[in-house]
Amino acid sequence: MSEVMGTVLLTHAVGLHARPSVKLTKLAKTFASSIRLATTPDGPWIDAKSIVKVMAAKVPQGTHVHFRAEGQDADDAVAALIDLVERDFDESRADATNP
Amino acid sequence: MSANVGIVIVSHSADVAKGTADMVRQMVGDEVPLAWCGGNADGGLGTDVRSIMDAIDSAWSDKGVAILVDLGGAETNSEMAIELQPPERQGRIVVCNAPIVEGAVMAATESSGGAPLDDVKRTAEELSPA
Repeated sequence: MSEVMGTVLLTHAVGLHARPSVKLTKLAKTFASSIRLATTPDGPWIDAKSIVKVMAAKVPQGTHVHFRAEGQDADDAVAALIDLVERDFDESRADATNP
Repeated sequence: MSANVGIVIVSHSADVAKGTADMVRQMVGDEVPLAWCGGNADGGLGTDVRSIMDAIDSAWSDKGVAILVDLGGAETNSEMAIELQPPERQGRIVVCNAPIVEGAVMAATESSGGAPLDDVKRTAEELSPA
């Protein structure tokens, strides 16, 4: 099965902190594919469904987040995750100052 | 009845327990059964087996319940509350060895994806204070 990759710029004001991390891993879990993310194209790659690993990565604002997914819904998974990051995790600017 | 593992928060302080539950609700959402208890029967600091049993009832799910505790008495009273559960619930309630706030958020996040009790517990315990 082929691998799907995608990259998105993290613009969220506080970066991939607690609440955005929860949203990202919750969305990742809705897909059957294995999904990993990294902050450089060369990795290290971490499991995008692991809240502990995603939060521990402490990805700051302005980082390019790279996704790779493998499985039957890999296309949808990468598209949905990129969309979530581009939508700033559905948080307004006011919310973004809280973790 | 929810298809997700329930989360119970047991603190010596009602304020801490409620605040932790508020964080779970706001960060993770409503799809995880959640209950909290804190303080003794007189309104002071402490934990109470009866209150913990009520919280377990309130958050009960066929997939089980993961309990997050703060200090010593919260853990021993939670274990007592588990022992007092009916036989059909035995083995489906666990106390997580994790920090109460962070562990509750991590456990609830894992639960919200439909993970089994073992995975929920492991996720909470995977967390090491950074």
